[in-house]
Amino acid sequence: MLKLVVCIKQVPLVSELPWDSRTGTLRRELAEGMINPACKHALEAALQLKQKHGGEIAVFTMGPPMAEEVLHEAQAMGTDRGILLTDRLMAGADTSITAFTLAKAILKECPDFDLVLCGCYTSDSETAQVGPQLVEELDVPGAANVHHIELIGKTLRMKRISDNFIETLEMELPGLVTITTQEFQPRYVPLKGLQDAFEGSDITRIGADDLGLDMGKLGTTASPTKILNVYSPTAKKKNIVLKGSAKKVVEELFDRFEDKIGGAIRKDLKVEKKYNE
Amino acid sequence: MSENNRSIWVFGDYRNYFQNRVTLQLLSRAIELADKISASVCAVVMGHDVDEYVGEYIAHGAQKVYVIEHPQLKNYSIETYSYLMERLARIYKPEIIFVGATMFGREFAPRVAKKLGTGLTADCIGLDINEDGLLVQIAPSFGGNLLAEIITPESRPQMATVRPGTFQEIPHDYNAVGEVIRIPLPEDLPEDRVRLISTERWRKKGQRIEDARVVVCGGRGMGSKKKYKKLFELSQLLGGIIGATRPVVYAKWVDEESLVGQAGKHIRPKVLFSFGISGAIQHTAGIGDAGFIIAINKNINATMMKMADVAIVADANQFCTALTRELKKRIRS
Repeated sequence: MLKLVVCIKQVPLVSELPWDSRTGTLRRELAEGMINPACKHALEAALQLKQKHGGEIAVFTMGPPMAEEVLHEAQAMGTDRGILLTDRLMAGADTSITAFTLAKAILKECPDFDLVLCGCYTSDSETAQVGPQLVEELDVPGAANVHHIELIGKTLRMKRISDNFIETLEMELPGLVTITTQEFQPRYVPLKGLQDAFEGSDITRIGADDLGLDMGKLGTTASPTKILNVYSPTAKKKNIVLKGSAKKVVEELFDRFEDKIGGAIRKDLKVEKKYNE
Repeated sequence: MSENNRSIWVFGDYRNYFQNRVTLQLLSRAIELADKISASVCAVVMGHDVDEYVGEYIAHGAQKVYVIEHPQLKNYSIETYSYLMERLARIYKPEIIFVGATMFGREFAPRVAKKLGTGLTADCIGLDINEDGLLVQIAPSFGGNLLAEIITPESRPQMATVRPGTFQEIPHDYNAVGEVIRIPLPEDLPEDRVRLISTERWRKKGQRIEDARVVVCGGRGMGSKKKYKKLFELSQLLGGIIGATRPVVYAKWVDEESLVGQAGKHIRPKVLFSFGISGAIQHTAGIGDAGFIIAINKNINATMMKMADVAIVADANQFCTALTRELKKRIRS
């Protein structure tokens, strides 16, 4: 039976979130969350594989207790079980330690996986690093930014666009792919399905103890990168403000900056007679 | 390792050489930083028939180039290249490794960092050395209008990826002299578990947004997909290219190709029109080199409005219509 693992992340719905100035990390517990868009495409890719070949989909997420929501939503889409990694000790992990922790959990809960699917990046940090680093942790073949997959026996054929090339790749499973948002349009989940999933979900919660890991291996403490400082970038422009009706402002814009705009588009924008209504 | 053996490495990413200048841009920044920690600047090149690039990197300031050349390395391969990079880094122990944030680099760097058990910061928009001699990696962070300064205090090397267009390359000097260290392909190189079946050029149509003199960017403030389409007419009148923010791409108002920002394109137009964009750092990270910014937003307090040369307080959609009408008149006359 095909054993599929999908790693997903809950990301904030709103882009402006408070952060903890002491630890320099985002206070995710205050955010309303959703499944990261690319992760949703990864879920859809797994669901399509399951429809075609049969099998079972286990979904992993790491985050605060509220991240459990995304596991329910994934089950409403059609996945089989959810594993929530949540522990204060896991908080503030950088990509390297996130990949390490996820790998430990996958190897504990689903050691005989065939394929791990991740979103190609998250909308809140966009590093695109966890997928490739999970490849290293699991020591399997892997490919990032894949938009097409086809399973032939134990061989996975993949397509991706990489720096102006379309590559067709193959690897033997077990393996890992990160999925882009180009294809695998996620299926719609009706509200009813969502409600049912919240009632009947199969969710396992895992903490540091369950993985046999202590503080020295997890979260902020273990992360090789440290955040020194977080700040708002400052503006340095002259910043001329124009206000009024659209028509009036357009006129003023041309009065003052027609040379600038005309120069950029290499056209003469002067009018002989002043434009009047 | 003694002080005077310190080195900063730049991964030689030569695929699409003529469009992709990121390696040269990183060499330029590496030279400035190397001065502060008395390090040498080295490029690492893997591939087949790569002498041309080795020469270019020396002409652009690399003092040393490590070269692994073999027909087997003809095509870019994540597994093989990251394996070799790890090996080289373990032998020569660089202080810092920079990798261009191309599609390949963004997959290659995290794999190398993981193999070496070190940290990595993605998409740095600034790099510096602090008073402790540590690399300060400045990167957009936390899904908001924030920048983070990140360090890797313990593990080595310190690693960062940087988007093309973030730094300026220095002019080439073909009289420059550099040391070339050739390293044979290891005999115990493991077989690549990911097989490249075929590769073909992916041709994008038309002008590249990175080269456009005028870019018209639109955000959620345009109101709807239908209204967003008005920007295309305006952009065409201006001979420009359309750009977009992440939410607009997610909403499928426009293709991902148009995404401008940290995860998208870095643009450097003479004039940038920014319609209904709040200015999250994920977007503004890609427009740092824009010459003249005209922002249109109802909210005068939007970050984008503060970054602009001209901040127009108006409904983005209405202003677009008025501007298009006026331009048509002026271009005709």
